[in-house]
Amino acid sequence: MMTVSSRTRRMHPLPIRIMHWTNALSMIIMIGSGWKIYNDEVIFGFLHFPQEIVLGIWAQHALQWHFFGMWILVFNGLFYLAYGIATGRFARLFFPIRPREVVAEMVAALTFRLKHADLTHYNAVQKVLYVGVIAIIIVQVVSGLAIWKPVQFSFLVSLFGGFQGARLAHFLGMAAIVGFMVVHVALALLVPRTILAMLTGGPAVPAEDPHPEGAPAPTTPH
Amino acid sequence: MAFRNPFAARRPSVTTPDRSLLVENRKLVETIDRRKVLRGTFSLGALSLLAGCDISDRGAVQSVLKTVSDFNDGVQAALFNPNKLAPTFSPDLVVKPPRFNAYYEIDEVKPVDVSTWKLELSGLIKDKRPWTLDQIYALPEQEEIIRHICVEGWDYIGQWSGPNLKDFLTRIGADLSAKYIAFYGNDDYMESIDMASALHPQTILATKYAGEPITDPFGAPLRLRTAVKLGFKNPKWIRAIEVTNTYPLGFWEKQGFNWFAGL
Repeated sequence: MMTVSSRTRRMHPLPIRIMHWTNALSMIIMIGSGWKIYNDEVIFGFLHFPQEIVLGIWAQHALQWHFFGMWILVFNGLFYLAYGIATGRFARLFFPIRPREVVAEMVAALTFRLKHADLTHYNAVQKVLYVGVIAIIIVQVVSGLAIWKPVQFSFLVSLFGGFQGARLAHFLGMAAIVGFMVVHVALALLVPRTILAMLTGGPAVPAEDPHPEGAPAPTTPH
Repeated sequence: MAFRNPFAARRPSVTTPDRSLLVENRKLVETIDRRKVLRGTFSLGALSLLAGCDISDRGAVQSVLKTVSDFNDGVQAALFNPNKLAPTFSPDLVVKPPRFNAYYEIDEVKPVDVSTWKLELSGLIKDKRPWTLDQIYALPEQEEIIRHICVEGWDYIGQWSGPNLKDFLTRIGADLSAKYIAFYGNDDYMESIDMASALHPQTILATKYAGEPITDPFGAPLRLRTAVKLGFKNPKWIRAIEVTNTYPLGFWEKQGFNWFAGL
């Protein structure tokens, strides 16, 4: 007879935790080096990134970091997408997204009334943020390819309305990701159990019966 | 707290971080430790520490980054489609004059004396007789209105004309199966490109800009213009061309820029 423990798994399985922190590392490499590369030809005259917060002494070092970090970002990202789709994690945790819930929970979050009792169930605000940042990272890779290979992938350049359009899109994508990181880290610090969960795996969840939408949340040992 | 060098696996001799790194960031490391966030894995704090100091020039790090850059040369060569043409533009988009760029300022340009100038040829070439400017002007001319893209991120559309490089290499009996072509400037600038890019239909030895002979600041009398490389791979004031199988590097690559630099 099967025991209960054999029918449960961690909320964040080990591959997810490894991929999450690998992605965090690659993002910091890409953003820090990207800021240094940007400084050589700024898009907004008022905006230079101080040397203290960039990665790379000179532009060539930043370029070396950027074209090193891109491999980590892309391969880790592809593994993550394949894993999330194949295991049903995306379908289970990210969907469905109901606009009505998004609005209601956004209001609740902004007034600090959002319940966060059950880590294993993402609220609508989390769903939008996570799906949104994944989509932005994908667009970011596409605009990056357009800037890196504007002749080989000239069709991508035209998607962004020209070479400088692709640079602007790449910059705005960075800004959106940085914005996500600020919100993500701030919210995680407000509920520190979520950070612990991403390090140790978090609460156990049933292996066979994914938490059904609308069903009462299972009680978790905390 | 064990603070592991992420590249230690590649360089077994470097298993502990540079002391100065820890001293410089003692406060930060201590705060992280106190928060007990770092349990032998990566954390945002440790990563910002990584980004906050200039570790790019540390031996092991630089060696890994250089290895990846060399690997990226191979990836770019594999991505390069010799038949893929760069977008071309209408003459009314051409910026006049072209944008000046060199590793020195425009007033430091030492103009080439065209009356004594000759294009020297060396390496894997059958007919190494030097070329005068008149001889080059007598060759069929090809015009390209293409985007110049600088590694820094700026770009402009330029209108260049001159002999097609593949035709020229064929005419002088260059070994088209050689790996590299190096271009030496009248200053101490030198750059090299791969043969596949040299043979691309939109790679020319430009003598004219917007229908007029190129002027001194922009590489007179002869410069490379290839639609498939970043700007710095297009040497100006060319005085010699060498065809070779020995990796010749280039001015900016010695500073750490990527060699292939293909678009």
